[in-house]
Amino acid sequence: MSAKETILQNIRANKPTEAAPLPELDFEPLTFDDLAKQLGEMVQAVGGQLLALNGKAEVAAKINELYPDASRVVCNVPDCGLSGDDGCKAERPHDLASVELAVVQGEFAVAENGAVWVKNPRNRHRALYFLAENIVLVVDKTQIVPTMHQAYERVRFDEPGYGLFISGPSKTADIEQSLVIGAHGPKSGYVFLV
Amino acid sequence: MGHPENAREFTRDIERTHWHDQALWFVREKRDRAARSVPEWEELRDQAARIKWHTMAHLDRYLEQFEANAKAKGIQVHWAKDAEAHNRIVLRILQDHQVTRLVKSKSMLTEECGLNPVLEQNGIEVVDTDLGERIVQLRHEHPSHIVLPAIHLKKEDVSDTFHEHLHTEKGNNDPTYLTRAARAHLREKFLAAEAGLTGVNFGISETGGVVVCTNEGNADLGAGLPRLHIASMGIEKMLPRLQDLAVFTRLLARSATGQPITSYTSHFHGPVEGGEMHIILVDNGRSTLLGDPTYRKALHCIRCGACINTCPVYRRSGGHSYGYTIPGPIGSTLGAFKDRKANRTLPYASTLCGSCTCVCPAQIDLHQQLYDHRQEIVKAGLLDRKKETTLNLAGWLFKHPKLLELGGKVLRKLVPRLPRPLVYNRFNPWGEARELPEMPAKSFKELYRERKGRQP
Repeated sequence: MSAKETILQNIRANKPTEAAPLPELDFEPLTFDDLAKQLGEMVQAVGGQLLALNGKAEVAAKINELYPDASRVVCNVPDCGLSGDDGCKAERPHDLASVELAVVQGEFAVAENGAVWVKNPRNRHRALYFLAENIVLVVDKTQIVPTMHQAYERVRFDEPGYGLFISGPSKTADIEQSLVIGAHGPKSGYVFLV
Repeated sequence: MGHPENAREFTRDIERTHWHDQALWFVREKRDRAARSVPEWEELRDQAARIKWHTMAHLDRYLEQFEANAKAKGIQVHWAKDAEAHNRIVLRILQDHQVTRLVKSKSMLTEECGLNPVLEQNGIEVVDTDLGERIVQLRHEHPSHIVLPAIHLKKEDVSDTFHEHLHTEKGNNDPTYLTRAARAHLREKFLAAEAGLTGVNFGISETGGVVVCTNEGNADLGAGLPRLHIASMGIEKMLPRLQDLAVFTRLLARSATGQPITSYTSHFHGPVEGGEMHIILVDNGRSTLLGDPTYRKALHCIRCGACINTCPVYRRSGGHSYGYTIPGPIGSTLGAFKDRKANRTLPYASTLCGSCTCVCPAQIDLHQQLYDHRQEIVKAGLLDRKKETTLNLAGWLFKHPKLLELGGKVLRKLVPRLPRPLVYNRFNPWGEARELPEMPAKSFKELYRERKGRQP
């Protein structure tokens, strides 16, 4: 008998038999009066910063102001005139190791925890989000949901692929509980609402 | 050596014991604040428990559906009956791809399976990439906590370890400096790796993908840079739907470290371009645990570590004193179920205060399970001799109330007059680090009788 059959047979013999329906959400999750304000507070709490811009046209100027010396900028936000390099020309993700700043399109943001959903089927290398020294997530200001419940109503995986929630820059507190921003991934993380 | 002996070793350094206690309590307080910020916290816990209960009752179906959906997304799925089978499968996949350098992100399952030595014996370099895990790996230790692997170490210890292995400045104990040094060292390892192995926080049956939650981004680099990604997953990590992740991602990080969510919640649904992704479904005793009505709820565990942080015994005895892969209340019940004899002291590493049960996001009845294990340990004759004799004596005494009353009366008068060495000696281990309370004038029974007489 294969390992699979052995395991499944054991489960069938052992699993609980009491009726156990799959629960639907039967309570009202947290709501916020001002989603953008809550989001801003949470992004800050997770080590990042939120900036509200007047449209995509301001993205390039803001980036130049925040990262004037960034030598290699990769940007996959359409029509913001920032960089012709969207990271997809690299044959291997390793070629992105020197990226100083990644400006990335986020689909929506979650007010309760400052997370931004990133799932761009056109982005060739997942590692971009982690190799970049700094990351800026650009999100449409109308695309903020209150909690993860509304967030997962918008997440789908019908096709193979990769998607993730990013909440602030990478961090660790593995040395004596001291929070250090910038573990393996970005050392700073902005969310731009446009 | 059981937990009491190891704990005695740990607590020899009183200052360090207090420091450890405080460090964990700090995390516990952060958890409390995060939980209180969500008004529907208890409803969430209830949902989590019900989703897990449902999933366990249909685990065979959900696993089969998961496999079919994962395969449809180009992921290769393997089944491992036990630790040995898991290690064999990993080794075979790596050898098929001529891998000599593997980066691993924190996975307690591979710790449970003892994977590293197997790979190293076969000439494969294994680098643990979570900062805490890398620290303990360099020190040839095991994690002392499932979320905070190096919580038992002080920054001076880390500094010494890094000075030796990464040639950092001697005596520079700055956490930022040390973290940056590890970052540079591990970045090289990431870029040179030919394969990445990650654990799994959640497997999604309806989509055939896996979710991994980290703060450092190490799992993501390990899975996103090399062409080969292996995900090792315990079969109990299954969830039916993507939507169920809402409940669990809201609970996990808040329970673990008090964060609203981990920095990264990665959903892997297929290999990188031109690469391969493998998922290994590991049983290793889980399907047997499923069959035990007393202990099966332990399979609901999402490995947040909340029960560990809150446990007064863990905080004061350290993770290594348990001698089991997973320490604290959850590890004690899992360990005692897996091997009652070897882990017979673990269910006693608890005050049965019930704090673990109260903070568990999946509502596992942890302290009840530890209590139940104790009954079975006694029945199996595995209890420590001294404890057994004392308990038998106490049991006999309680069956003779007259004698108990008389004895109490005599001792209340006698004990305060006895010379100290007669009270505090090797027959009174309780008094080793504690003072006996002052003897009351009257017993509870006497007070009760008096009051009963007074009241209507």
